[in-house]
Amino acid sequence: MNPERGPVFLARRTYRRRRLADGARLLPVLGGVLFCVPLLWKGGARALGTAEAMFYVFGLWAVLVAISGVISRHLRASDIEEDLTDGEEG
Amino acid sequence: MAILNVLILVCVLYVVLLFVVAFGADRAAAQGRGSWLASPLVYTLSLSIYCTAWTFYGAVGFAARSGLEFVTIYLGPTLVMIGWWWTLRRLVRVGRSQRITSIADLISSRYGKSNLLAVLVTVLAVIGTTPYIALQLQSVTLSFAAFAETDLAATTLPDMQSTALWVAMGLALFTILFGTRNLDANERHHGVVMAIAMEAVVKLCALLAVGVFVVWGLADGIAGTLDRIEASEIARFEVSSARWVGLTMLSGAAFLCLPRMFQVMVVENENEDHLRTAVWAFPAYLMLMSLFVIPIAAVGLDMMPEGANPDLFVLTLPLMDGRDGLAILSFLGGFSSATSMVIVAAIALSTMVSNHVVMPIWLHFSGGAAMVSGDVRNVALLARRLSIAGVVFLGYLYFRLSGGGTALAAIGLIAFVGVAQFLPALMGGLFWRGATKTGALLGLSLGAAVWLYCLFLPSFGPSLILPQSVFDHGLWGLTWLRPYALFGAEGMDPVVHAVMWSMLINTSVFVAGSLLSFPQPLERLQGAQFVNVFDHSGTPGGWTGGMAQSEDLLIMSQRIMGAREAQALFAAAAQRQGVAGYLPEPSPDFLQELERVLSGSVGAATAHAMISQIVGGAAVSVEDLMAVADETAQIMEYSSQLEAKSQELARTARQLREANEKLTQISVQKDGFLSQISHELRTPMTSIRAFSEILRDTGDLSAQEQSKYASIIHDEAVRLTRLLDDLLDLSVLENGQVVLNTQTGRLDDLLDRAERAAGVQGGALRVVRDRLAEDVELTSDLDRLAQVFINLIANARKYCDGQPPVLTIRPTITDGQLVLDFSDNGSGIPAKQQAVIFEKFSRIGETKAGGAGLGLAICREIMARLGGSVSYLPGQKGAAFRVSLPLEMRLAAQ
Repeated sequence: MNPERGPVFLARRTYRRRRLADGARLLPVLGGVLFCVPLLWKGGARALGTAEAMFYVFGLWAVLVAISGVISRHLRASDIEEDLTDGEEG
Repeated sequence: MAILNVLILVCVLYVVLLFVVAFGADRAAAQGRGSWLASPLVYTLSLSIYCTAWTFYGAVGFAARSGLEFVTIYLGPTLVMIGWWWTLRRLVRVGRSQRITSIADLISSRYGKSNLLAVLVTVLAVIGTTPYIALQLQSVTLSFAAFAETDLAATTLPDMQSTALWVAMGLALFTILFGTRNLDANERHHGVVMAIAMEAVVKLCALLAVGVFVVWGLADGIAGTLDRIEASEIARFEVSSARWVGLTMLSGAAFLCLPRMFQVMVVENENEDHLRTAVWAFPAYLMLMSLFVIPIAAVGLDMMPEGANPDLFVLTLPLMDGRDGLAILSFLGGFSSATSMVIVAAIALSTMVSNHVVMPIWLHFSGGAAMVSGDVRNVALLARRLSIAGVVFLGYLYFRLSGGGTALAAIGLIAFVGVAQFLPALMGGLFWRGATKTGALLGLSLGAAVWLYCLFLPSFGPSLILPQSVFDHGLWGLTWLRPYALFGAEGMDPVVHAVMWSMLINTSVFVAGSLLSFPQPLERLQGAQFVNVFDHSGTPGGWTGGMAQSEDLLIMSQRIMGAREAQALFAAAAQRQGVAGYLPEPSPDFLQELERVLSGSVGAATAHAMISQIVGGAAVSVEDLMAVADETAQIMEYSSQLEAKSQELARTARQLREANEKLTQISVQKDGFLSQISHELRTPMTSIRAFSEILRDTGDLSAQEQSKYASIIHDEAVRLTRLLDDLLDLSVLENGQVVLNTQTGRLDDLLDRAERAAGVQGGALRVVRDRLAEDVELTSDLDRLAQVFINLIANARKYCDGQPPVLTIRPTITDGQLVLDFSDNGSGIPAKQQAVIFEKFSRIGETKAGGAGLGLAICREIMARLGGSVSYLPGQKGAAFRVSLPLEMRLAAQ
């Protein structure tokens, strides 16, 4: 949006934070796709048990919670104001 | 003692505990000791009202019917939470910066504070939430009944209707007590939030306890549980892909749009940073809530008799095993889930109903005058309390009418689809500046219509509202209008079918409507505010008002906010503006702030309407639109302001520099003059002393020598006198003590005299004159004027270095003013000296011989006395001076 996109190269800390924000944006997409994986197994020769699917879903759930915890710990909601040059969807 | 009585006792004690917790939290907050109330943990736990009795009882029933599919209801919110960087962060920021009171308020505020839109959202929310409240009442009564059945001592089964009525009344009372303590809906309900957080802990503990009991108490550990799952009828993962994906998306959408979720997530949010904890803690909470659902369902299916209601396995399994304590804990868990949902939903809906339906109607009927004379505050509070009672009563009514027969989960999904209709308008409003009110209105109404027709009305069963013929042959016999097979989409799951069509139609109509319509200025302003909430959280001023209205505004605000709060707000604003007293200037900033504060009490649309009735309409100025039009425009505007400022600064700096230079030069000249004057005075003095000593001490001087020395002494004394005369003359002129001797004479005579006196005759300087133009008669102090001319001519004679030196005197007459230009053909005066030549003691060049540098200073003083001026005329070939004076000097000028 901004004609001035800010500096091309950033300090290491700012760079990390931007990549963290990218990660925070991509995590739900990744989670959404992975939660649909059991649907693919249905077509296999061996019928999928509820217990197996349950282990997969809950395991994935726990992993997502852990990743989200790590990301949000390092990503403040107010960060975006600190590096305005990022633009909103930048 | 019979277990039913124990249960009732525990229930009453629990409700008392709830009241105590809420009361204590409110007190702590009021006394300022409530920092622990605002912890991220409390925020996270308050989000758990997503898990209602439908989760607590219904999830197991859902799982017993369709296996792992139940988990989609929790996967959607999980994905939304871990995707907080996209939406929740923005939603919470907008909610806080605009003081949003409900989801209806948010949507109406985004689309130009349109009350029509708010009413539409409110109605849809009420329709979607009422069955949900009924569901909670039903779950409480069903669980009561489950206990009663096992209680052999009870002679009569409790009347389900009366149980529901008691519960409904208790909840309404609690909500009214703690939910409407303050009119400002944007203020935190600490008591309510704390009670809900406590209930969240209770229900989680209860469900986990039952889960642990089922796995390790009934099913011999994890291996045994897995065996039972394998053996049960839900052993195989047979989920329809459409339902799996559709329900996940639906629950995610509902999580954002449910009025009660919006209430705890956005309105009750204390600190944006709490979101950071909630984004991982809440999904973890959901995971724990769903962890034991499948085991409980499988064990329940295995152990309970055929035909037992799977919705109540959580309760009936411990009861069957004789664990009364666990059963009571489980009952409390379900009770918590039901009550917390009803409380928050009632608060959220009552805010919407009172702000967007009751208050506008009341204001309309009481007329504009009521705003400054009626008691708005009490009316608004009463409206909200009545709305709470009304909403809970509607739920009870629905429960009575529906007979409580439908499966719990089905009605929950139907409500989800209903509120999910807000999603396009909500997301479009947050992310797309092109979204307009027309688009939102059309999309929302068509989506809601499809939902009503395809899902909500058919849910009452055939022949109740929709006749069977409509199901079979469509509306008016049009087969493509069958509720479960719209546009010929046959064989789909009804919920997925309704989600697909309603969202598809809603979104496309919303987008098309937005593309084709043109937004009003206020809409565009709000649109920019919402979409660019992270760029500039402030609102550009939109109001313009006069001082006379401040008092009206204060009176109105007192009616709404209470006298003390309103006066404090006004006084603070007045102080900020630097005005004494209670009435600040109704500046755009202040009006904006006032509107936002009022909107916390009565909603954005009503607050806007009230202020505009007093102030007379919001003025969206061209500047505002310019600012909205584009960020670039803003930046340009800003930088041009900066540029103007810096130019002004540069100008001032230049003037200061010039003044400083002049002062420095004057100071240098003064020093120079002092040394010059002492030198000028010393030189004659030295020769006078020397020659007088010779005359005194030398005896044999010839008479010739004596007279020579005496005449030198005389000449030097004359020179000294002339210098002192000049100084005296200047002093007299400057002090204004000069007496003018006005005469009338001819200019050419005057110039002749000056030429003679200046000693031009016989010298090198040639004076060129225009005799014809000099034929002018003027009245002035001619002697003084001649002094000026002599000075100018003598200057030319002394300083003009032209070869040969020529002085041109050119008189012109304009408007009774005589203008005389004296210009020579020398090298002129350097630019940096021009500024100071008229100052006293100013001499050009150190080496040139001449006077003490008082000549031009005296000229300037004389001309000022004569009502004219003398100035240096730059841009000529040599040095040039312009003398201008009136032809007839007025005596008044003296």
